[in-house]
Amino acid sequence: MTIGLGHYLAVAAILFTIGIFGIFLNRRNVIIILMSVELILLAVNINMVAFSTHLGDLVGQVFALLILTVAAAEAAIGLAILVVFFRNRGSIAVEDINLMKG
Amino acid sequence: MIPALFFYLFAGVCVASAVMVVASRNPVHSVLFLILAFVNAAGLFVLMGAEFLAMILVVVYVGAVAVLFLFVVMMLDVDFRELRRGVGNYLPIGALIGVVLLVELLLIAGAWAIGPGLPKTTGLPIPTGITNAEALGLVLYTRYVYFFQAAGLVLLVAMIGAIVLTLRHKPGVKRQSIPDQLLRRKEAIIELRNVRPGQGL
Repeated sequence: MTIGLGHYLAVAAILFTIGIFGIFLNRRNVIIILMSVELILLAVNINMVAFSTHLGDLVGQVFALLILTVAAAEAAIGLAILVVFFRNRGSIAVEDINLMKG
Repeated sequence: MIPALFFYLFAGVCVASAVMVVASRNPVHSVLFLILAFVNAAGLFVLMGAEFLAMILVVVYVGAVAVLFLFVVMMLDVDFRELRRGVGNYLPIGALIGVVLLVELLLIAGAWAIGPGLPKTTGLPIPTGITNAEALGLVLYTRYVYFFQAAGLVLLVAMIGAIVLTLRHKPGVKRQSIPDQLLRRKEAIIELRNVRPGQGL
């Protein structure tokens, strides 16, 4: 049997769904939510590369590289905000993040 | 046969470890499963023929991002069992949305097909005869150089932002102050006394 584009798209769809599901499941833990976001971005990258190699177009891989960069920056900033928040409040529960409700 | 075998191996382990990322009780285990998921995704990339991105995925995610997560998880003194409380409350709605999303995505992926009349390649065909890294480098530094620079700018801003966010000045810590050092004068800190022989001050 040959592994085609549809197989990779299915894997990406499953990973994306697991990421969304993880955000709902771990509503209180910001670290797991950040990891779920990383999973979602990984699913997007798999989609990009799958289409790139299937269509024989290199642009998809270039943009996957850029998505990777943005994901790394997002993780760094998110974790920095998390560390500062923990320093101020002593907790990382999502319910405690309500300072800006006014 | 062998590529199909490896595809199912990588895809299965990737999906299973992704499930463990969101379902694990211990966040350290979550991070380790995240690393496993990324390594297997890199395997999928190699199968697809994007070797450079696979290696970048290992280097950037496993080497940097996952270690950063691990560092933060271990550094924060959080009672993670307390954070797990109430996980079941959102399980039905989360599962419902997840299943609906998955079914929709799979329906789209299953029913959608590229029109046969369309030309196969559009903008930038993958060159044959050179490696994937060389092909990417040939376009990344020429045609997409502005995107490349923008990516570098994003990383620079992220780095500066992370440093600015987490840097703090504790009041009790002594630091070197070069202006203070330069402004010290001999008269302010040295007192000359005329000491008689055989007597103390």
